[in-house]
Amino acid sequence: MAKKTNQSIAERDARTQKKIVELAQAISKMTLSGREPQLSIPTRTKSNTVWNRRKGILEMGDGTADRPLFDLKTAKQFMQTMLHASTIKDLIEAGKTSSLRGVFYKAKHTVAGTKENTFDTQDESDPILEDLEVALAALREELHVFAENRGSMVGNITIVDKGDEIDCRRMGSGGYALPSIVEPDVIQFKKCEAKFILHVEKGTVWNRFNEDRFWEKHNCILTHGAGQPPRGCRRLLQRLNQELGLPIICVLDNDPWGHYIYSVIKQGSISLAFESTRLAIPEAKFLGIRAKDFRQCGLDDAVKIDLTENDIKRAREIAAYPWFEGHKGWQKEIQAMLTNGFKMEVESLITKDISYVSEVYVPERLKAKDWLD
Amino acid sequence: MEAVSETTAKRRKGATAEEMATRQRDISVSEFFAKNRHLLGFDNPRKALLTAVKEAVDNSLDACEEASILPEIAVIIEDLQPDRPATAKSSRYRLTVVDNGPGIVRKQVENIFGRLLYGSKFHRLKMSRGQQGIGISAAGMYGLITTGRPMVIHTKPKAGSAAHHIELAMNTKTNRAEVTTDEEVKDFPPARLATITSGTRALVAEGGFVSPETFRTGTSVSIELEGRYQRGRGSVDEFLELTAIANPHARITFVPPSRDAGSEDDASILAHAEANAATKATATTETGGVVIYPRGVQDLPPETREIQPHPKGIELGILLQMLKDYEATEKGSLFNFLQERFCRVSSATAAQMCKAAGATSRTRAGDVEAPQAEKLFTFFQEVKLPPPPTDCLAPIGVRQLLAGLLKGVRAEFYAASSRSAEVYRGRPFQIEAAIAFGGDLPADEPARVIRFANRVPLLFQQSACSSFKAVLETGWKNYNLQQPRGSLPVGPLVIMLHMASVWVPFTSESKEAIADYDEIRKEMKLALMECGRKLGTYLNKRAKMRREGERRDVFERYIGEIAKAVGAITGEDAKRLYDALQVQAKRKTAVADQQLDEDGKVLREQGELDDDGVLIVPTAMSDAVVSAPVTVAMPELAAPPARAKAKPSTPASPKPASRSAAPSSKPPAKPASKPAPAALSKPSAKPAAKPAPAAPFKPVAPRPPAPRRPSQDGPTLF
Repeated sequence: MAKKTNQSIAERDARTQKKIVELAQAISKMTLSGREPQLSIPTRTKSNTVWNRRKGILEMGDGTADRPLFDLKTAKQFMQTMLHASTIKDLIEAGKTSSLRGVFYKAKHTVAGTKENTFDTQDESDPILEDLEVALAALREELHVFAENRGSMVGNITIVDKGDEIDCRRMGSGGYALPSIVEPDVIQFKKCEAKFILHVEKGTVWNRFNEDRFWEKHNCILTHGAGQPPRGCRRLLQRLNQELGLPIICVLDNDPWGHYIYSVIKQGSISLAFESTRLAIPEAKFLGIRAKDFRQCGLDDAVKIDLTENDIKRAREIAAYPWFEGHKGWQKEIQAMLTNGFKMEVESLITKDISYVSEVYVPERLKAKDWLD
Repeated sequence: MEAVSETTAKRRKGATAEEMATRQRDISVSEFFAKNRHLLGFDNPRKALLTAVKEAVDNSLDACEEASILPEIAVIIEDLQPDRPATAKSSRYRLTVVDNGPGIVRKQVENIFGRLLYGSKFHRLKMSRGQQGIGISAAGMYGLITTGRPMVIHTKPKAGSAAHHIELAMNTKTNRAEVTTDEEVKDFPPARLATITSGTRALVAEGGFVSPETFRTGTSVSIELEGRYQRGRGSVDEFLELTAIANPHARITFVPPSRDAGSEDDASILAHAEANAATKATATTETGGVVIYPRGVQDLPPETREIQPHPKGIELGILLQMLKDYEATEKGSLFNFLQERFCRVSSATAAQMCKAAGATSRTRAGDVEAPQAEKLFTFFQEVKLPPPPTDCLAPIGVRQLLAGLLKGVRAEFYAASSRSAEVYRGRPFQIEAAIAFGGDLPADEPARVIRFANRVPLLFQQSACSSFKAVLETGWKNYNLQQPRGSLPVGPLVIMLHMASVWVPFTSESKEAIADYDEIRKEMKLALMECGRKLGTYLNKRAKMRREGERRDVFERYIGEIAKAVGAITGEDAKRLYDALQVQAKRKTAVADQQLDEDGKVLREQGELDDDGVLIVPTAMSDAVVSAPVTVAMPELAAPPARAKAKPSTPASPKPASRSAAPSSKPPAKPASKPAPAALSKPSAKPAAKPAPAAPFKPVAPRPPAPRRPSQDGPTLF
């Protein structure tokens, strides 16, 4: 398997390298023939994002933005793009990976003969890498760039991570840290008995469930994404969902942010719309916290957090998303939250009992299949 | 008449009319002026020295021009009391002014130098400097009063013959000169002048100071007077500097005294002088203290004609006097009088005028009664007449304005505008304006306004002058300058205004400020606005160039990086890519390379003068704008080229703008009613200009303002 993996890695790398070289050659050709060089980057904005109803995911449209060299507005970005392209080719050739910050540092220097830096902050650098991803139609992992590990997993599953066997049943209190690159050539699923995946928003909530050995009692996999889940987490969830057929159940806060997290997990995000095929999980389910839980669970008034102006605005925006627009359940849910006038966090269930969430709340809802789709 | 005891002091007895009558007698003109020196400009020692210089220099310029000689003038001031204490308010100076004019015939010397209110210019309606002065005699008289010393005159009217040396003093009672020395000498110019200071000696060694070859004919006047030599505003230096600007056809040499009273005195005045340092002549040279204002153009100003007065321009009293004069000399009819003594009166018009006066065509001029004259006068004001002829005026001209300013002011941009002649109250006049901007001029101070009337600088009473008011009223903000309300614009700017007229209206007898007339003010503002527009265009272009320069900088910076990155990826030669990108970058920012076009004119070597009235000196412009291409080092390629931005070549002072090698093409003019008939040779004075290959100047005629191109349209006027 390793050999096969290595082979496919090599193939993939070769493909990526070829794409980079082709990109650079196009620029070179333009230059030498006297035409003004320019790059064509697909735009990652709302206007260029299309919701594919049939597939149930957000997709990127065909819109592109021209990035010419001889335009004051885009000249610097043009240069930055070419710098990163060169760095990535070097990474691939060396067979190494680097973090986003690492690539930023590699390309950061003072432009010869001036006092200007190629990059000043990482905030300038990251979007350029994303530009390259879409322009080259290559995944970040294929560019040998990884992000920080975020998120953890425990549960009834054994995986192989870069040749190391990881038994997620024996990950103690810390859990297996989800890496940034979780492609099949890095992570393979060895043995899995879990029946579903419970995904929570925060690490603290995840701790609660882990301490209570929820995954053991209910035979599932327990993951969290540390807030808005990063790509690695989403990708892994998607792989588990698709390759192992495991349903994803989300337990998130009852606020616009929680709704948004769910939306991203389900449909994909605008900024990574080009990745939706690999990241979106249209079947993901939203278990809670629901607006009705305040009454249904008989929660204390103390758990109420007032909705701010921003929250209300955000809630309305989310209600207007094409995939929520026609969805009666979601419209009711958001409306109910607005009517409540307050939001609730998952931790609010603690007011009932420390382990109420893992011993009562989730099991009951699972049994009743009381979730939003 | 009762005799009254003188002891009764209480009771005052008034004098009778007869007693008073016995005491009255004629006051001679000279006596009057001797006691009213302020009327002539001799109020205080400093002004006295200035006025003396002014009279002498004006005379020299007028004489040279009338004789069609390119003026060569030397002004020498010697301090005769160099060891006086520092607190002394004045000193005794000897002022000498030498010119290469036509000289003065012996017979006329007394009249010109020793007689007040005698001259050829007063009666004529002709544009001249002399209108503004009482004459050199007054200076001589002042000198006599303050030092007791006579005027010393050397004059040589004929190139081959000997010169006259005359010393004379004016008798104020008789208004006549008394000659104390009268001899013929070979010595012209006076040899003593060459050895006055070490500076002059050095110049003489080079052959450049009052050499007999240059001064084949001419006049030299020396006056000893009490004065005060002090630099700064309203000084001899300023006068000469401005005169040089307005008269670029003249070459002026100035030998100042060694001590500057101002440097011992008021520090603020010196500060003024320092502030003016930037406006000091660019090409003036100082050799051992001697200041030379070189010639800027080789052409004399056009000759002016004398014109008859225009009916709308005279006053009733003058009309009566004219009738009397005509009767005395011609004894002709009113009908003829009107046609001969006025301009623009045709026979038809004359007939109308006679009718309006209730006279027939045969009425004698002398028979016209006062009421009739009044009717005539009223009719003059009402009747439609063509405006007076304007060829009586000799404006400085756009090219000469630029040449003069270029010599006098160290700036980077010059613009000039010469309006066409207009009329105020029946008198022709013409306004010209010029501005100099940038370069070494101080950027944070209000603009300096220099004013001229008939090519003579106006040094005093600035705020009362119509020119100054015109500057204030112009909206300089429209041309990208700052201007606080009701104030001068602020910036590195010198604004020059010149009024040429047969009769310049002054606000007072001191003739330092031009009086307000709507027509005049309007023309001044129009002239200023034309210059302002040119400046605005230039500043816009300059800003654009700067932006373009920056743009090109940006591209050039990145090209290196990009070529390197692409080369690394594809394996191609990075240098080749770099060069190709460089070519494109240059194309993209071609504006920066083009330097200034259109109104700015594409820059050539020294900035040629052109008839559109704009001159730009590239070497004076700042680095960011100069076209020298920016070379940015290719990062880590083989043998990186030098990194520095190519600096502009060290600014050389602009070479003399005059390129034409041919002397003035004017034929030797026959002097009209000048007291000095002279057989003139062609102007012999030729400056040591390098013969240049560039095209000679096109002849200049007073132009109407250049037609405005659409791209040039600035904000609407008024």
